[in-house]
Amino acid sequence: MANLTREETLDLIAEVLEVYPEKAKKDRAKHLAVNDQAIEQSKKCITSNRKSLPGVMTVRGCAYAGSKGVVWGPIKDMIHVSHGPVGCGQYSRAGRRNYYVGMTGVNTFGTMNFTSDFQEKDIVFGGDKKLAKLIDEIEQLFPLNKGISVQSECPIGLIGDDIEAVSKKKAKELDKPIVPVRCEGFRGVSQSLGHHIANDAIRDWVIGNRDGDDSFPTTPYDVAVIGDYNIGGDAWASRILLEEMGLRVVAQWSGDGTIAEMELTPKVKLNLIHCYRSMNYISRHMEEKYGIPWMEYNFFGPTKIAESLRKIAAFFDETIKANAEAVIAKYEAQYAAVIAKYRPRLEGKRVMLYVGGLRPRHVIGAYEDLGMEVVGTGYEFAHNDDYDRTIKDMADSTLLYDDVTGYEFEEFVKRIKPDLIGSGIKEKYIFQKMGIPFRQMHSWDYSGPYHGYDGFSIFARDMDMTINNPCWGKMTAPWLVEEEAQAQPQQARA
Amino acid sequence: MALRQCAIYGKGGIGKSTTTQNLVAGLAEAGKKVMIVGCDPKADSTRLILHAKAQNSIMEMAANAGSVEDLELEDVLKVGYRGIKCVESGGPEPGVGCAGRGVITAINFLEEEGAYEADLDFVFYDVLGDVVCGGFAMPIRENKAQEIYIVCSGEMMAMYAANNIAKGIVKYANSGSVRLAGLICNSRNTAREDELIIELARQLGTQMIHFVPRDNVVQRAEIRRMTVIEYDPKAAQAQQYRDLAHKIINNKNFVIPTPITMDALEELLMAFGLMDEEDESIVGKTAGEEVAA
Repeated sequence: MANLTREETLDLIAEVLEVYPEKAKKDRAKHLAVNDQAIEQSKKCITSNRKSLPGVMTVRGCAYAGSKGVVWGPIKDMIHVSHGPVGCGQYSRAGRRNYYVGMTGVNTFGTMNFTSDFQEKDIVFGGDKKLAKLIDEIEQLFPLNKGISVQSECPIGLIGDDIEAVSKKKAKELDKPIVPVRCEGFRGVSQSLGHHIANDAIRDWVIGNRDGDDSFPTTPYDVAVIGDYNIGGDAWASRILLEEMGLRVVAQWSGDGTIAEMELTPKVKLNLIHCYRSMNYISRHMEEKYGIPWMEYNFFGPTKIAESLRKIAAFFDETIKANAEAVIAKYEAQYAAVIAKYRPRLEGKRVMLYVGGLRPRHVIGAYEDLGMEVVGTGYEFAHNDDYDRTIKDMADSTLLYDDVTGYEFEEFVKRIKPDLIGSGIKEKYIFQKMGIPFRQMHSWDYSGPYHGYDGFSIFARDMDMTINNPCWGKMTAPWLVEEEAQAQPQQARA
Repeated sequence: MALRQCAIYGKGGIGKSTTTQNLVAGLAEAGKKVMIVGCDPKADSTRLILHAKAQNSIMEMAANAGSVEDLELEDVLKVGYRGIKCVESGGPEPGVGCAGRGVITAINFLEEEGAYEADLDFVFYDVLGDVVCGGFAMPIRENKAQEIYIVCSGEMMAMYAANNIAKGIVKYANSGSVRLAGLICNSRNTAREDELIIELARQLGTQMIHFVPRDNVVQRAEIRRMTVIEYDPKAAQAQQYRDLAHKIINNKNFVIPTPITMDALEELLMAFGLMDEEDESIVGKTAGEEVAA
């Protein structure tokens, strides 16, 4: 199907909005836009980071999800306590596929759930004593932990427990970092505020821990990878490229990360930000406090990888610049072969995306490398600075949707008829049942990595096996195929 | 006779617990079967009936036992003077946890355990201070107390509080069966106190159900952890509480209150000389500025 013109896309938005009551229509209209690359500031065309309307089936998360699930959870050698009733931690346990190395339960704790399991009495009498007790128990049962974070669930904020006082007291007793995080789920409009709160907790309780300590030997080539959560091994596939070009990756935030790495980050020469949305805050803080520059990069697909490697190298000397070229050259045969194999099978395929904080724009280049085009994209919890960046990456007249509702997304898909949808588990089965190939772009559908040159090979393979899967030609039940052929003989022959 | 559930509200320190226990003693003396449910973390709503310092509360015992599900009704329900049943919801020390949730948990527990199914004529909820959060409004939600008595006196803050409580009742009255049943004036011996509270009651759309005079015998009984009716049944004050008890037995005056505006309340206070006419010219002036002027 041919792409929609600007007018057709505007009509589509108007048509989809038509069923809403007046107030909802007015609100949702601000979150839907037709891309126009000429616009400098996204606030002129799209509104974001606002409260979702009741009843629209948003797929957003909460502040706790943003802190515990995204930012803190992957720090593997710390124990992250879900402080409050059991559900928040238990039903999100190990769901994010942030890989790590270590002996789980001995020196790493990533896939385990630690919770204070609040009961009525803890609400009524407060949970501070229980928190102190469970910290002692953690220390006894898991002595190799390198620290503890206290991730507040909603009730903590309601009853006003003083988790800061408990954390300070216990940190002194155990001589380990204990970090209270006020990420109660009711705060903010999405998981985005949770990222910010988690970043602030790192700023206040971690980042300055080695100020004035010069015992760590530094090099002029020290960098930190920030905002890579190592989904399916993404950070590993990224890290090798940086190391091959002669840089030393001192810290990985937070996929496969450690608290020691976070504490050492203020010693690096450059912070490299992959997920801008969730970690720009701490990067800005390190820039202000320590004068460390930061830059965004994109390791999806060979075009963006090469662009990013060169941009990173430009911060360093000629050797590094030459190394960057050597790295790109080294992998050229590999990625050229991937493109040669898959591009003919994927050329011209049209994709709609709806993901979290960085992928709605970062993966566009990887699709383009395979001859595909992204015709609609949107974020669950982006802010306007994310859309500022997105406008440049999307073609004119494509569709932008912020905090899209279940209804809107379905209607857009029915009209645009993409060849592939990339979104999350809540969308997956609806669209598959509609007969549309689908990839989960949060968890990589239990595949990955997708970052780096190695990841690109897997990405290309996954998109091919999804789109060109023979199952999509079998959407009609066998006993109905004949009936349909009889009912529409001309069409069947044509 | 069907079970009547009553809640006593009023400004902190106004004498809610003392009044409740004394009037409940009067009801018991008249042959009524009564239960008191203390809804205050201080747990001092039943001490005059039980001759105890402070009864073990539901929340305290639940915390010791593990959870509220581990408790039995017998563990928390104590029987005192003339068969009056007593429970205390209990709650945390000041400054921690959530006392309101404690009240909700305790009342749910009593319902589930069938505390209200027994042969009872009256349940009295003695509720902490003002309605500070949803938890303390629990007794006036649907299927709990239908009659609210507000204890007040002829002092400005007590009347402010009474009016605020009336506002809280309106919210729940419109969606349920809770009604304001009257003001109990617990006298502080201020001038024209009875007239003032009668007038306030009229403006709120209710009645002053009884004027309880001030009498030191109340304190003498309290030191002995007893109600006046038990300590000195012949005292004049004992008769006052008996009168209040009978008025409550016969009370049919249940209304959705008509809380008044701050201006109307201030006018009333001024009319009775409890408040001076506001002088706009002195607002925001320091002592120094006044001398200069």
